[in-house]
Amino acid sequence: MSKLSINDLHVSYGGVHALRGVSLRVEEGEMVALIGSNGAGKSTLLNTLSNVVKRKSGDVSFEGRDTRGMSPYAVSRAGLLHVPEGRQVLSDMSVYENLQVGMIARGKRPTIYSLDYVYELFPVLEERREQIAGTLSGGQQQMLAIGRALMGGPHLLLLDEPSLGLSPIITDQVFDALKKLNAEGLTVLLVEQNAHRAFEATSRAYVLDRGKIAFEGPSAELAGNKAVIDSYLGA
Amino acid sequence: MLTQQILNGLVSGSVYALFSLGFTLIFGVQKLLNFAHGATFMAGAFIAYYCTINGLPFVMAIGFSMLATGLIAILIDLIAFRALRKRGNAEFPALVSSIGVDLILVSIAQQVSNTQVLNFPFGTFPIQFYDVFGLRISLLQIVILGVVAVLVTALIFYLKKTTFGRQVRAVATNERAAALLGVNAQSVYLQTFFIAGALAGLAGVLIGLLFNSIQFLMGEPYMLRAFVVVVIGGLGSVQGAIIASLMLGVAQSLTVAYLPSGLTDAIIFGLLFLVLLVRPNGLFGDINAVAGGTRQ
Repeated sequence: MSKLSINDLHVSYGGVHALRGVSLRVEEGEMVALIGSNGAGKSTLLNTLSNVVKRKSGDVSFEGRDTRGMSPYAVSRAGLLHVPEGRQVLSDMSVYENLQVGMIARGKRPTIYSLDYVYELFPVLEERREQIAGTLSGGQQQMLAIGRALMGGPHLLLLDEPSLGLSPIITDQVFDALKKLNAEGLTVLLVEQNAHRAFEATSRAYVLDRGKIAFEGPSAELAGNKAVIDSYLGA
Repeated sequence: MLTQQILNGLVSGSVYALFSLGFTLIFGVQKLLNFAHGATFMAGAFIAYYCTINGLPFVMAIGFSMLATGLIAILIDLIAFRALRKRGNAEFPALVSSIGVDLILVSIAQQVSNTQVLNFPFGTFPIQFYDVFGLRISLLQIVILGVVAVLVTALIFYLKKTTFGRQVRAVATNERAAALLGVNAQSVYLQTFFIAGALAGLAGVLIGLLFNSIQFLMGEPYMLRAFVVVVIGGLGSVQGAIIASLMLGVAQSLTVAYLPSGLTDAIIFGLLFLVLLVRPNGLFGDINAVAGGTRQ
């Protein structure tokens, strides 16, 4: 049984047919990349997986369970944690309080990542635990958004553009943390515009183009595919 | 004389705080103005009155009244707000629909009371006065100050330190992000409405006792005061609402004592404009201006 399997998903969003028959799967323990240009439907796909956006048709199965009709909060309580684009930290609450709110998704499920683990992964969060989240830098907010999702006991982590607006050094830190998490067993679906980074960090990848999967395969192979290079990896 | 007026002002200000907190809380969480809050307050006084004259002990009457007004507030959420929230851009329609609920509750109270002013039966609350440092303070005033202080502290503790409170603040800051973190916004709404309604109901009972007068329109001046409190205190700020309520109570009691009584409202609203000229976000509005700006 796949951790996540998506079959022939169609979504209309704001009057646009944003996803046109997307099929995708993520196996237990994998880190899978989803790349594509702006407006390809990557964020729409993640928002549909967490049921923030309603699907038109198609099946989404998370750990063998059909998520149709579940509220967004129920999806995250089931262990499908979504770190949204733009981090969306709770800006007027402290770092510590953000992490505490993150625990709500875990409910009565056993702890997977403790507060100590998150502080060890991102030491800056411990240093700034009393700071108001809205005053953190972009990189720190990204770390907080990831740490907060870890507190929710994720079985599958959806990440939307974690490198957006971050300096290369901070992006390295974030990706190192993701690789460590994955090596320790966390299943990740990573949406990125930065295809180089995404291919380098993942084992398999999908390329989304105008609402359809244009390419799929092992990341290393896609990174060497001429059509993919021409369209997504720049000169 | 001056300190006596300040004391009296603090007592009425603390009841304003009780009333305004619920209004602020709903505004903070939903960004919606609940115009039926004044009618909920009035309903609290009415329910306690009818319980008392039907022989229920006064303390139980208060408890029953708070429970009932909490449920009324939940009903207001379900009837007047929930459907509008789903379609988005609900601020204006929700204002209109809550005015509608207010009118319905007021008309019911008018029918029930036959447009009469009601008074709690003599002896509902023991009338006793104490002299403290030359100030004359009644047992009722002491109880009001004590009860409000306890409830306000409990509310702040609830919002700042408990998981439920963090969920309330998470929804207030960013409802969508909160949902992705597993927070059930609907349940947060129901809780905040229940708390807001119960506090308004209690405020209604206390005001009914303090002025020994209960009538179907009693909520309206308090509704206006709550607007002033929320604007001066900074939209959605709990601490701001408390301090602004106490200031308002004292300002009102001083103007009533030293100036022609017809000027009270003019002076209170004059103060409001003065505060807004100096601090457009209210006295405590800075943090909440940030929160309001990031809400999605």
